[in-house]
Formats: sequence, C-alpha cells, structure tokens
Amino acid sequence: MTVLLELEQCRLSYPGQGRGEPEQLALNIDHLRIRAGERVAVLGKSGSGKSTLLRHLRRQLPQRASWCPQDPSLVPQLKVFHNIFSGALARHSALVNLRNLLLPAPRFREEIAALAAPLGIDDLLWRKSAELSGGQQQRTAIARALYQRRDVLLADEPVSALDRVQGRAILQLLLNAHHSSVIALHNAPLALELCDRIIGLKGGQLLFDCPASDADADAIQRLYQ
Amino acid sequence: MTAATGFLSQSRSLRKLTFYFALIALGCMAFADIGISTRSPAHELALMGQGLLTPRVNDWGQWLEAVTYTVTFSLQGVSLATALGFVFAAYYHRAGVRFVAAALRSVHEVFWALIFIQVFGISTLAGVLAIVLPFSGTMAKVFGEQLEEVDSRPARAVEQPRGGRLSHFFYTRLPLALHAMGNYTAYRMECAIRTSVVLGFIGLPTIGFHLETALRSGDYSAASAMLFTLLALLYSLRFWFRAKLLWLLVPLSFLVRPLSAEWSGDNLQQFLRDCIPAPLREDWGLEKTQRWLLWLGEQVGNGLGNTILLAQIVLVLTGLLALLASTLNSRHFVAGWHRRMGDGLLLVLRSLPEYLLNFIFLIVLGPSMLPAILAMTLHNGAIIGHLLGRHSDELAPAVMESGPLCRFTYFYIPTLYQRFLAYCFYRWEIIIRETAMLGILGIPTLGFYIDSAFEFLRFDVALLLIAVSAILTLSADALSRHLRQRFLASDLNLQKRATGQHEGEVWTTQPR
Repeated sequence: MTVLLELEQCRLSYPGQGRGEPEQLALNIDHLRIRAGERVAVLGKSGSGKSTLLRHLRRQLPQRASWCPQDPSLVPQLKVFHNIFSGALARHSALVNLRNLLLPAPRFREEIAALAAPLGIDDLLWRKSAELSGGQQQRTAIARALYQRRDVLLADEPVSALDRVQGRAILQLLLNAHHSSVIALHNAPLALELCDRIIGLKGGQLLFDCPASDADADAIQRLYQ
Repeated sequence: MTAATGFLSQSRSLRKLTFYFALIALGCMAFADIGISTRSPAHELALMGQGLLTPRVNDWGQWLEAVTYTVTFSLQGVSLATALGFVFAAYYHRAGVRFVAAALRSVHEVFWALIFIQVFGISTLAGVLAIVLPFSGTMAKVFGEQLEEVDSRPARAVEQPRGGRLSHFFYTRLPLALHAMGNYTAYRMECAIRTSVVLGFIGLPTIGFHLETALRSGDYSAASAMLFTLLALLYSLRFWFRAKLLWLLVPLSFLVRPLSAEWSGDNLQQFLRDCIPAPLREDWGLEKTQRWLLWLGEQVGNGLGNTILLAQIVLVLTGLLALLASTLNSRHFVAGWHRRMGDGLLLVLRSLPEYLLNFIFLIVLGPSMLPAILAMTLHNGAIIGHLLGRHSDELAPAVMESGPLCRFTYFYIPTLYQRFLAYCFYRWEIIIRETAMLGILGIPTLGFYIDSAFEFLRFDVALLLIAVSAILTLSADALSRHLRQRFLASDLNLQKRATGQHEGEVWTTQPR
C-alpha cells in the first residue's frame, strides 16, 4: 500500500504560560506512518494529544483531507445548507459561491439534500444553524466534511454528541465515504469495531500502535489511567 | 506622603491619571479666553425660547427642498461610504489600507467640503464627497475591527481554497459580523444627517443653510421649525432606514438629486497649481520664503495651541457632565417616566451637532471660547452620559442601602470608572477634531486659520494647515490608545462588542 504520510521525530509544544515558563510538550512521536486505505482510530484520554496530532496531520495534507473538527465551528447566522456548502468552496469559482449565497442553485440543493438525508438533517437545511441542538450541529459539521469530497478524512470526535446507535451508523457512513481515515474517538469499543488500526496516545506519546484485531483490553485500559 | 495623596506615588492609579488631566485642564482655563460680550444674553435667550415654542415654516416649498437635500446627501454619502469602507475593511489587515483609512477620517467633513467646494462648486458632488471620504475611513476601521472580533473557529474549520479568499470570507467571516455592521451603518446614517446639516452652514443647500439664515436674522420661529425638522428626521430613521427599504431609497436618492458638479479643467488646474506652496510656485527668494515660513509657523503655533487648550478643557468638562448626566438614564437613580424624560433630554442634546450649538451660544454669549466649550461639552457629555447610564443597568443594585449621593460616590462612580475613562479616551480624538473645525466660527483654533486661508484663496496654506490638524488628530488617537492599554483593564476591549463601543467612536443605536 502507498504511504499517505509519515511523521519522523515529531515534537510539538505549547508556548509556556508566562514569560520564562518552559514550553509544554504536546506531542512527542518518534515515528508514525499512515498508509492509504487505512482506517485509523486515535484513542486516549482528553489532553493526551489527539487533537494536536490531527491538526498536525491536517497541516501535512493541505487541500487533500476533509476536516471535521471537534467543535462544530458553524457560522450561526448562515442556514444549515450554506454551512454544508462551505465545505465545497474550493471546488467552485468565487462567482458561483457568491451567487449560491444569495440564490441557492438547484444543483447544489439536490446534492446537499441527498447528503443530508442519511444524516437525518434534510428537514433542517433552511434553518439557521444557531437554532440547532448540539447533536444537529455536529451532524451539520459531518455533512460539511462529507461535502468536501476528498479521499482522506481527518475527524476529531465526530460523533461525540450523538447517541450510541446513531453515532455508530454515522461513523460507518463517514468511513465508507473516504478511502483513508484518521479519527479521534473516545468510544473504544466503537473504534475496535469499525476501524482497522488503533493508535493509543498518552501524555503526547505513542503508547501502542497496532491492528484493531490485536489491541488488547489491558493496553486500552492503561490509556485512561 | 499621607494616605489621601498616596495615589500620586502609584504607577497605574486611575486617580492619578484623572488628577493630571484635571490639572492640565485647569491650567488651560487660565489661558483660555472666556467671557460674555453681549449686552443682554438673557434677553436673547428669552427670544430664542419664545421662538422654540412658536415654530413656523415660512415657505413649505423651500422646506421640502432643504429636507430632500439633507436626506439625499446623507443617503448617498452613507451608501457610498459603506461600500468603500467595506472594501477597505476586507483588506484591513494591510498596513497601507489602515493608513489610508486613518488619513481619510482625520480630516473633518467640513474641511473636506471646503476643499471640494473649491473644485466642484456648491454642488451635490462636493457635499456627497465630503461625507463619503471621512465616513469611509471611520467605517473601514469599525468594520475592520468587527470582522477581526468574530469567532474564528468557522474560518479555521473550512480550509481556505487556493485563490479563493473571497468565497472563504463571504461564507465564514462576513455573516458573523453582518448584524453588527448593519447596526453601525444605521448609526453612521444618524451622523450623516447631522453632518449634512452642518454642511448647510458653509453653503450647501440643506436644512443647515436655512437654519443659519434664520438664526442670523433673529427669526427664531423659523429656526425652531428647522430644528424640530432635524430632530424628527433623526428620530424617524428607525422607521425607514431599514435594509428592505434601502434597496428602493438609495437608487431613488440618486435619481431625485443626481450627482452633479460645476467644474472645468481650467478651474481644476488652477486649483492644483495653487495647492503648491507659494515659495515653490512663485520661486521666491530666501528672505521672502523665510518671512512666509515665519508667518505660516505663527498660524500653526497659534492654531495648534488654541486647539489643544480648548480640547483639554472640553474633555474634562465632558467627563464631569457625563458622570452627572448618566444618572438621568440609570436605573440606580431614576425610574419610570422620570427616566424617560431624562434619557429623552440626553438624546436630544446628542442629536444637536456641536456646530449648531456653538452657533446658537455665539449669538447669546458673544465671541469667546465659552460658546465652543459649552457646545462641545453638552453634545459629548450627553453622548457618553447616555451610554454610561445604559451600561449601569447591567450592574446589580448596590449592596449597602444609602441615599443617592452616597450611592453615587461609593458605588456608582467606583464601579463604572474604568468604563467611563474608556469612553472619554475614545471620544478624545473626536473632540480634538471638532475643536479644530469649530475655529471656522471665529475662535482661533486651526479651523479659523484654515477658513481664512480659503477665504483669501491661499489653498497651499489651507492644505498645509489641514494636514497639521490631521496629524494632531492622529496623535491624539495614538496617545489615547497608549493610555487605554496602560491604565484600563484589557477586558474592556472584549466588552466593546456587547456595548457597541469602538475605537474613536462611542456609538449606540436604538433597539428596533
């Protein structure tokens, strides 16, 4: 399989809190290789460096990866339709984009309605995103990620605000829509079920990195201690 | 040092800051020319009061003409300034754009008008340009800041396409700031109406033109009719200055009073030639040039000195009035119809342009610095007082019950003082700009020398003096920013979003 990207001696740190304070190491990975076609789940408790790793991967893959951030980051004043459409800004000229802001084109309406239906937000498309519940906002952000239509998915806790059944279905949908995925998750059983490779992060370091079938319960338990 | 004066030894004491500002103002008072030179100010005031109670429109045709001009100037000016300011704001991260915007707004509308009247004659184009240029500078700054303050997470969540900055801006940043920008535009429309009235005093055919004629000839009934017209125009804005109607009104304003100018190439060429400093243009010898420079230096020195002197007095008096007047619009002191009356008074005072107030006080009190001091103190004090009072509504009632005086000194002033100072500093730049301009009415600030230079067709001198006043305004802005950063809590900057307070501008719009 071709290599999608490779990290070597990756050390990322936060600036210190005040002047003279030491920098804090957020990520300290000696080597990490991600191959095309893999479905990678990143596990670890909060503050372990999952988001830092994903943001770093995103910087390494400019204009190549669909991005689904932890916080939905929607524009509250825009309709759900336009928030989803903003995933596709790169595909069209500025003129098309601006026209669609004022007069939504039938072609985009159809595309986005089709995309929104399996996510259960097709009846919300013409509401302002500020009016949505947390789970609805998260599904809008997922639709925006899907509408970027790229091969690679980088997603940070994409289903954290959804219930177990819905979360599983939508995660499956996300994985099927992308050739390769790297997804931070807090739900370990879901990761083991749907992904084929598990990366465990603790304190910014790789605790383990193995195929999902080899991951043992003890190792995962240690991540959260 | 005793405990009472201990604040003088503290490095960041707000009391010390206030003390020095008050001391400077007191010092300025000693040098200021303040006096009453009319024989019976009370009599004149009584006549004005009488006129106020008996408003009368002498010629309805003329009245309609004046109102039409006032509204079309403002609408055309604001719509063009909004468009220009918006383009500037989109590129506000570039230093060059910021500089152009600052330069445009540092020159007063009246000075712009004096220049454009020379080039285009008394024409719609001259009036509209005089509004568009400075307003676009101010709007660029406020729009730029509003765009900077928006939540940046959506913009980061959507990758900026290569070469697609524009789409990215329209989808992830503009919608977040649009509401605030709309509110600010409505406030600028209010300012534009005031400005177009003031432009009437220097000859453009707006309400101000007839107001001046009526005041000069002592026809106070006609003047009060015009005054009430101005107040009605400002009050009615909330009903018709709305996005849905503007699609119709703006094009209509350009149809009713199309932009026109009386200008010729020769005229423009002559004007541009006259703008070159005389010694260069006429190729004067060293001695003559030296005399000219000395003469110019004297004007700059006097103009600058008097402008600063007057502005410092006004700044401190404005603060004093604002603190006292804010109680009229504060739930900690007044309620019910008392409050509505109090706030109504502040809103009316705020609506009257300084130029007009100065003109009226000049008739009553005679020429000195006093009319200008009163005019600017009333206008600016009412603006800050209204805002401060409204802000005080957010404070929980004082824990210790006491009489109004104790509540004012022990609770009200201490809790609001930071914000109060922030408002005053924001207003400082504007006070300086206005002080320089009010010289046109006779006090020897920069405007006085600028106006006489125009009168004698010395455009080179006029432009140089305008540049001096622009530099003074820019320095006041820089100093105010420095003091704010040094003395005031940084969270005041975060709160400005909620209260609509922006650098250089203290503004508010009515709830709609």
